[in-house]
Amino acid sequence: MEDIFQGYKGKALEVLKKFNVRVWGKTIIDTTRGEFRGTVLPRAENDDDQHIVIKVDTGYNVGIDIVTINSMKEVGYSKATYKIPEKEFPYKEGQPFVKLLGTGGTIASRLDYRTGAVIPAFSPGELYGAVPELADICNLSTEKLFAVFSENMEPEQYKALAIAIGKEIENGIDGIIIGHGTDTLSHTAAALTFMVQNPPVPIVLVGSQRSSDRPSSDAALNLIHAAYTAGHSDIAEVMVCMFGPTSDEYGFLHRGTRVRKMHSSYRSTFRTIGNTPLATVSRINGVKPIIENYNHRRKDRKVNILPYFEEKVTIVYYYPNMQPDIIDSLVDNGYKGIIIAGTGLGHINKPLYPAIRRATEKGVHIYMSVQTLWGYAHMYVYDTGRDLMAAGIIPAENMLPETAYIKLGWALGQTTDREEVKRLMLTPINDEITKKEPYNGYLVYQGGVPEVEEFIKKVRK
Amino acid sequence: MKKSPSSTKRVDPRKNYLATRKAIGYVDRKDAKESDYQRIGFMSGLEVHQQLKTKEKLFCRCPAGVFHSNNNYHAEVIRHMRPTLSELGEYDGTALMEFKTKKEITYRLNNATTCTYEIDDTPPFPINREALEYALEISLLSKLNIVGEVHITRKQYLDGSIPTGFQRTAILGVEGEIQISNKRIGLIQLSIEEDSCREISDIGHKRIYKTDRLGMPLIETVTHPECLTPDELREAAEYIRFLNRSTGKVRTGMGAAREDVNVSCKGGTRIEIKGVSHNRWIPELSHIEAFRQWALLNIRKVLLSRLSNPNSWSTTYKEIDPKELGIENETLLAMHEQGYVVVAALLPHFGGLISHFTQPGKCFISELTDRLKVIACIEKPNITSPEDIDAPLLGNDTAILESLLKADENDAIVVFWGPKEDIPTAKDTITERCQMAFEGVPRETRRPLPNGTTLFERVLPGADRMYPDTDSAPIPLANDYIQRLSKNIPTDVAERYKQMKEWNIPADTHSYLLKKNLLPVIESLVNLGLTGQFAGIFLGHRLKFVEGQVPAHPDFSHSRIVDMFKFLAANKLDKSLAKLMLPVVYRHPNMDFESVLTSIGFKRRSKDELLAPVNYLVEKFKEITICNKPTPVTTQNWVMGQLHKQALGNISLSELRNSINKNVENN
Ligand SMILES: [Zn+2]
Repeated sequence: MEDIFQGYKGKALEVLKKFNVRVWGKTIIDTTRGEFRGTVLPRAENDDDQHIVIKVDTGYNVGIDIVTINSMKEVGYSKATYKIPEKEFPYKEGQPFVKLLGTGGTIASRLDYRTGAVIPAFSPGELYGAVPELADICNLSTEKLFAVFSENMEPEQYKALAIAIGKEIENGIDGIIIGHGTDTLSHTAAALTFMVQNPPVPIVLVGSQRSSDRPSSDAALNLIHAAYTAGHSDIAEVMVCMFGPTSDEYGFLHRGTRVRKMHSSYRSTFRTIGNTPLATVSRINGVKPIIENYNHRRKDRKVNILPYFEEKVTIVYYYPNMQPDIIDSLVDNGYKGIIIAGTGLGHINKPLYPAIRRATEKGVHIYMSVQTLWGYAHMYVYDTGRDLMAAGIIPAENMLPETAYIKLGWALGQTTDREEVKRLMLTPINDEITKKEPYNGYLVYQGGVPEVEEFIKKVRK
Repeated sequence: MKKSPSSTKRVDPRKNYLATRKAIGYVDRKDAKESDYQRIGFMSGLEVHQQLKTKEKLFCRCPAGVFHSNNNYHAEVIRHMRPTLSELGEYDGTALMEFKTKKEITYRLNNATTCTYEIDDTPPFPINREALEYALEISLLSKLNIVGEVHITRKQYLDGSIPTGFQRTAILGVEGEIQISNKRIGLIQLSIEEDSCREISDIGHKRIYKTDRLGMPLIETVTHPECLTPDELREAAEYIRFLNRSTGKVRTGMGAAREDVNVSCKGGTRIEIKGVSHNRWIPELSHIEAFRQWALLNIRKVLLSRLSNPNSWSTTYKEIDPKELGIENETLLAMHEQGYVVVAALLPHFGGLISHFTQPGKCFISELTDRLKVIACIEKPNITSPEDIDAPLLGNDTAILESLLKADENDAIVVFWGPKEDIPTAKDTITERCQMAFEGVPRETRRPLPNGTTLFERVLPGADRMYPDTDSAPIPLANDYIQRLSKNIPTDVAERYKQMKEWNIPADTHSYLLKKNLLPVIESLVNLGLTGQFAGIFLGHRLKFVEGQVPAHPDFSHSRIVDMFKFLAANKLDKSLAKLMLPVVYRHPNMDFESVLTSIGFKRRSKDELLAPVNYLVEKFKEITICNKPTPVTTQNWVMGQLHKQALGNISLSELRNSINKNVENN
């Protein structure tokens, strides 16, 4: 049966029932604050039960406090059907075939009254309706693998994605796009780098920082860039494609292992840490590599799919006065791998040493990464570092903590042999560890420096 | 060899402009009578925008009311706008048009007034409660039905004037009313919203904005279209402005209050003239717009008489090389020379309509040139025609084009030009506007010019551009909160008019007193024992005069005037002294009143001291009036004249005169 009181509950629901007014009913409401006319809208689940929402003629929504309502009368009914216009995605001879795999990100979206938020639109027809430029770039097909928020993307999904990608490559696709929420986009990118090795085609993860229900959203441009990269670029790697500057100008392609979300809301939030991004992408200039050494596109369909993951792995973010029981309890709870994000060159305090030793003895694999994000774990510099290594901690060089976490999960999904795990961890698959850090790999400029201010004024952000 | 064709018989554009002007019965506003407005069914309403005087912006913590010059910025950001669906699942007409124009929009950011919110790199902070409260007070004063819960809504604007592509706005009340001199005007609603960017330039496909004003709290009061003459419309605008100002919580000065004027005529459509910054412009603008619609309806009538099935109408476009065709028109040659594509268009059945009057000094070709500028981004001049009333194509050129396009005298010819990439949009634009001519008046917003005419600005947006703001939660407005607010609202403006009448304050001061929100000051002065009339005249004449003469000091406030009268009363000085003190107090509001007195040369004197020289003066007057024998009256007047200045402030002038009169009589 259709819910005619969508989202209303408690007292507000009683009022609607009492006056026999449905959601989408046109109503005249007599209140102690005067008369209101409009169409009753569904109410978001988390909002209170003290108000009824109507859309007035001018298109605005207003809430009516139920304690002020004398009477309501339904004088009509018109249900809105919220739908992105679906147009058939046109096939164009000679254009590359690109597959968009959906995980739940917001490329195009529509309103969900239940939560009051936006839900993604997805079919090629819907996407074509929202971003018609795509038809000039590639022949697009889509498949919705899951519909989860970014924070709910987990190892099960990583594995399913890797297998799906393998199948698409086998079937001859020219490039793959993965639509993804941005919060854990880089975790998924790292996981796919390890699980899909030596791909012959580009695998591009893309999302949007501003929901696509707004005219200034970055979604459309990101999607255009991703489609261009997937269909036309020579770089056959797992990449993240998001805004370069916050302006609508060009996108960056980041290696999945070195990329990180660095601002909670900026469009240009994704940055490559400890190196430059792989390339820039724009509609006018196409894909322009910044790093010359990359995996080239191939005609063959050979790819190595390694969909493994051990879930009992964690990250411990070290802080002063951390107590050993933190480590102990992880061990006692059956954790098999720990990534520590240590201070400075990779340090933790002395009282933790016995706990580390105990963990190692119990077969737990512990790797050291750095909280500073930029730079290497150099554990030989101080005695303390050497003591830690003696206790069983292995420095993970300049692997980002999140990447190290994903990699350890992936490695332990394949073996528990200490040496084999170590070999997997320290042999870079795609730059999760780099031999050196270039001078321009670390540029965190500070506002207020006159030269920086001058630069910001001249160069669009 | 090309045969030189001869031109068909064509209307003289200038004569045709005047003839059509007459045919539709256009009258200048100064000659227009109420019956003229009834004849064309003039109907109009207002959307009055008013900035609120808050410290911070509406959805972030940047300061409000701080402005920068165009080149004072720290960074630039670029955005493009793309239409999205409304809540009801429709694309908005304006949105699609703006998308067609493909503008690159640059924002100039100054760190002092802009944060990541303005540029849409962070979601909104909770709404500014100070602004909400001010807006609610004004809603109560406007007798609106206050909503139970405020829902922030997004209203799409794809012109780039807001970097998000939408304005956050919310309704606070619906269905109120105001009382103007002869009737009540209904109010549809009042909303609170964020102000938009200020435009720096708009050339071709690039538009530049600055973000200092962006996000400042604004209210919009919308009336029903119930004003039936331009004067009623102006009166309603003034009333709403006075009402807003009566709270003392709104900004004044350039751009702080702007009106959108909605006008239609019988059979026309609601046209919005956006951003009228002076109320005195409203009558002329609305008058001309109503007649523009009347003229467009006449064009429609003529077209339908020529072609019964408008669906069968179509245009022919030919890209031309003017030089090769032997065209002599210098503009066309120059445009082609600089690499523009020049297009000749045949507009069947439009003969004599291109030069048809639409506005004073403008004809139908203005409707085309404006749209080419806005929609196809082609700078003016961008079009001409044998029927252009300013610079028409001449006979020879016309003949060449007629033969090229196979046009007869019932057809019109226009020639437009522009960069190659804009030509497809330009063609669509011309076709679309001509098709609309068969329907009458296209729905659009228009930009006001100081001479009372208007320019096409964009297609009128509908309710389809509204979308709930998924970034903010609804804000409940409980009964006790609203009741508390209603206790503190100022007196009604209509009530104020009555009060001024009762006090016998001259009518020529009323607008000034309301505009400056001086009624509360008059009330304070009345409480000090002054009459309302004296206070009204003192402020309405004297203060207004001083404002025009003396530079203002930022610390001056009207409460200083109340303090001045308190001081005079406390020191038992006469109120007439205030007139002399005011220019000093206005210029130096921080000077103590004793020093003000010194600076105007005032000395304290008792009545006896003042009257002491009377006998001496009477004798002196006798001496200097040798020819005419002094009468008591001339003597009294002369003595009065001599003592008047020293007496000012010490005793009232009537008391001085009485004493002098008595003295002279007793002499
Ligand atoms: Zn701000």
